[in-house]
Amino acid sequence: MPIVTDTGFVPDDSPALVALEDIAVGGEGIALDMPLDADPEVVAPHFNRIGLIVIPFPSFADGRGFSLAQRLRALGYRGTLRANGHVITDQYPFARFCGFDEVQIDDALATRQPEDLWLAAKDRPVPPFLKRKAQAWVA
Amino acid sequence: MYRYDEFDHDYVRARVAEFRDQTQRRMDGALTEDEYKPLRLQNGLYLQLHAYMLRVAVPYGTLSSRQMRTLAMIAERWDEGYGHFTTRQNIQYNWTKLTDVGDILDALADVEMHAIQTSGNCIRNVTADHFAGAAADEIEDPRPTAELIRQWSTAHPEFAFLPRKFKVAVTGSPNDRAVTKAHDIGLRMLRDADGNPGYEVIVGGGLGRTPMIGKVIRDFLPKADLLPYLEAILRVYNLHGRRDNKYKARIKILVHETGIEDMRASVEAEFERQMREEGGPVVLADPKQVERIEAYFAPPAFADLPAKSDALDAAMASDPALAAWVATNTSEHRANGYSIVTVAIKGTGEAPGDATTAQMRALADLGERYSHDELRISHEQNVILPHVKRDDLPAVYAALQKAELASANAGLITDIIACPGLDYCALATARSIPVAQDLSERFAEPARAKAIGNFTIKISGCINACGHHHVGHVGILGLEKSGIENYQITLGGDHTETMAVGERAGPGMSAAEVGPAIERLVDAYLERRSNDDERFIDTYRRLGAEPFKDALYAA
Ligand code: HEM
Ligand code: SF4
Repeated sequence: MPIVTDTGFVPDDSPALVALEDIAVGGEGIALDMPLDADPEVVAPHFNRIGLIVIPFPSFADGRGFSLAQRLRALGYRGTLRANGHVITDQYPFARFCGFDEVQIDDALATRQPEDLWLAAKDRPVPPFLKRKAQAWVA
Repeated sequence: MYRYDEFDHDYVRARVAEFRDQTQRRMDGALTEDEYKPLRLQNGLYLQLHAYMLRVAVPYGTLSSRQMRTLAMIAERWDEGYGHFTTRQNIQYNWTKLTDVGDILDALADVEMHAIQTSGNCIRNVTADHFAGAAADEIEDPRPTAELIRQWSTAHPEFAFLPRKFKVAVTGSPNDRAVTKAHDIGLRMLRDADGNPGYEVIVGGGLGRTPMIGKVIRDFLPKADLLPYLEAILRVYNLHGRRDNKYKARIKILVHETGIEDMRASVEAEFERQMREEGGPVVLADPKQVERIEAYFAPPAFADLPAKSDALDAAMASDPALAAWVATNTSEHRANGYSIVTVAIKGTGEAPGDATTAQMRALADLGERYSHDELRISHEQNVILPHVKRDDLPAVYAALQKAELASANAGLITDIIACPGLDYCALATARSIPVAQDLSERFAEPARAKAIGNFTIKISGCINACGHHHVGHVGILGLEKSGIENYQITLGGDHTETMAVGERAGPGMSAAEVGPAIERLVDAYLERRSNDDERFIDTYRRLGAEPFKDALYAA
């Protein structure tokens, strides 16, 4: 179950995930298993205790995770954000733009879409709106 | 017209290369068929009954003569010599080979065109009033708004995998020619009491198997707030729209199931949250870019002309066919001495919206010579020459006659909308083109069509309603019953600002029965209308469905 980052595949050494209903119990630096239908506002008060939030992708065609990531970032979450499940290389830049740091995929997918494809995905075309924005911010 | 900047140019080229790469990865097996499909669709490529179909975007229906010539060239070189203009203001090529797609996309990119997001579960190509920038009744040109939405929505990283397709339409006129209430989001430009520009935002309209008329979610949205507000609607939809059943996945179902009040509360909360963000919403449009877009849509330099054209009046006096065409196929322009010309792509006995290579070239020439190099595609599957001097109308008419595009039937009973149906479409349950052809022949006599007046017939080859049948005065829906085509008639639909969904008239009928039934219906209307100006839809509203149902089923 490799984790894809901008520099390639890295092994998974993250702590055990905590379910949302147990969020109040754990200590510092916890890793949260974020359900797709959960309200990010519920998690916001705990942001400073969370080191990793994992958002599931049951199917690459289910884009809820992108909005959820966006919402968490907009609410001020600054820890690591990971997409976990069926994400394809073509979606990697989208995931990054929406605030994900990394993607966890299963071994079968990692075989079918090996590391070099993920590394190449970083260079996929950037949406022009974002490029224009970037330019406006620089100016 | 809008001109690409460096980002558009780079992006469109990069997308062509990317699509070639995606297709290669499909062949290598890195992508499964399931994974490749949405990528292919988001590049406009469908797999149809006989071949691939490529759907090319004509953003908000506006194109230049040069672009039209490229569309003609593609039809000639890579298709069978024609293209199909659709109700989505796009053009479709029905005979595309997968191996040619990269080259076609490159040819499109040469003239600042593409097929991006013409399909798939994403924000689709934005449509707008086809009379934009020309209509006398316009408050504001909707195209800068549509272009801004195009830029924002192109490859929007968050909204490329929505529960279902998402269509946005914009009108700048109170007379809605953009069918805004049948879109996922409809925007109507207006002014508040102090004269500030903004939009009425309509959400949750749609046709398909569950037709719904869009509901107003915001009465007045200041113009500058548009993108954060759209972003809020899309985010709520992306998170909460149904994904368990594709027939219930459109935003119209979410609005219907949650209710417009709750929907509004969620959207407004998300909008407010963005507005509170430090430094303002990320998605706010850069005012410099907005200015740049607006400058491209500045009206062309119209000549200072008298409202009345003596040359035209003289020509019409000696040529009744010209006079008839001017009466039906021109509309009021905002500049004195100009007209908007509707070129009917609806020859008698032809497939609505199909244009040959030669016709596309003729249209390109006319656009260049007589219409400030501009053409439009309408959702009625016609082509518009938006800015024609009334003095030039006789010459334009003569050229259209040569190109066999001079049908004087805009808005009349033979100005039929029909989807591709079983002749091309993999989802079809019945043919729609032959039904349209049969009807266009039955009502071909110009005096009769003229006497009937404004009358819309819209035909779909299955429940998906691509032919807008729900909102036709008469809608015809092709179904299949034990292997035989069976057509259901709806009455009283309306696609304008007074939108209504047609009512089912009764049991379905065979293809052969449709023509005679519609003829009886029309006769019943002509007998009952209170005067020659009462349109069918008005008579229908006055008298109710009964007399018309009786006429349909009288045989
Ligand atoms: C030939 C291949 C086509 C396929 C496979 C196709 C597929 C579909 C499907 C599945 C729907 C229903 C969507 C829903 O309700 O969720 C639909 C709706 C629609 N399509 Fe098509 N279509 C095709 C061609 C066209 C053409 C040629 C046009 C324009 C003439 C068009 C315009 C529309 C419109 C306007 C709607 C209904 C409005 C709405 O979105 O609710 N489509 N199409
Ligand atoms: S209405 Fe049905 S038959 Fe017609 S184009 Fe749409 S999906 Fe195909």
